[in-house]
Amino acid sequence: MAINRDFIGRTFPPSEPYEVSRVKIREFADAIGDPNPVYRDPEAARAAGHPDVIAPPTFPIVVSLGGGALADPELGINFAMVVHGEQRFEYVRPVRAGDVVTCTSAITEIKAIGNNEKVDIVTDVKTSEGELVCKSYNTIVERGA
Amino acid sequence: MTAKVKFDEVNVGDELPAQTYHVDRANLVMYAGASGDFNPIHWRESFAKSVGLPDVIAHGMYTMAQGGRYVTDWAGDPGAVLDYGVRFSAPVVVPDAGGADLELTGKIEEKRDDNTVVIALTARAEGQKVLTRAKAVVKLA
Repeated sequence: MAINRDFIGRTFPPSEPYEVSRVKIREFADAIGDPNPVYRDPEAARAAGHPDVIAPPTFPIVVSLGGGALADPELGINFAMVVHGEQRFEYVRPVRAGDVVTCTSAITEIKAIGNNEKVDIVTDVKTSEGELVCKSYNTIVERGA
Repeated sequence: MTAKVKFDEVNVGDELPAQTYHVDRANLVMYAGASGDFNPIHWRESFAKSVGLPDVIAHGMYTMAQGGRYVTDWAGDPGAVLDYGVRFSAPVVVPDAGGADLELTGKIEEKRDDNTVVIALTARAEGQKVLTRAKAVVKLA
């Protein structure tokens, strides 16, 4: 089924604030199998010039995933058929423990590619003080039946 | 926030040392929990097959994370990564028995004036490219 084209260009309200904790960063680093101490040890992070433990480069997906942009049933996505097509992050700085971030997403494109449907989403990850931490460019693909 | 690798000591065309990372179902269960992506195609074989996949597949973001780890291990500081993007060109199939191996290679594609380099990455599983157009921009010392 085609995804609702009315959503092209739509911007969604900011997500609930997400408080990034040292424990969550460590859990994520453990899950990706990365033993780097700057993800775990505040002293190691400070020695590397960071105010607190930082998160791995792909961590922002945790806070940007499942934002309002894809949740609306009117959009008509069949999640059982969804795979991730492309992903890119532009970083102003790493996400770090203590950040309280919100995500603001917009759907920039929906189009058919062969039997598949492709949706592009841009998300700004900002702190509660309004500092832009990174931008996420996400393309998901709904595979055709 | 300083990379270990010095800008003046790398050249366009230099290759990063290749690495192999192993992935099995337990990694995907951990990743599902840590990331919040509980799509059953990443942990339930019967479901994956029912939607036309050959078997359980890794989260694309898990594979992307391995590429990130490859770059940050080389650069020495994850904070030195300014931009990182990939295209997921094929799924990483993770069988119950034996799991899968991800083979990462990378090459310095470009040196820029601001002490940054563009690294072109490839990731392969079972000989097939699973990430394409994968690039990281890293600020070197």
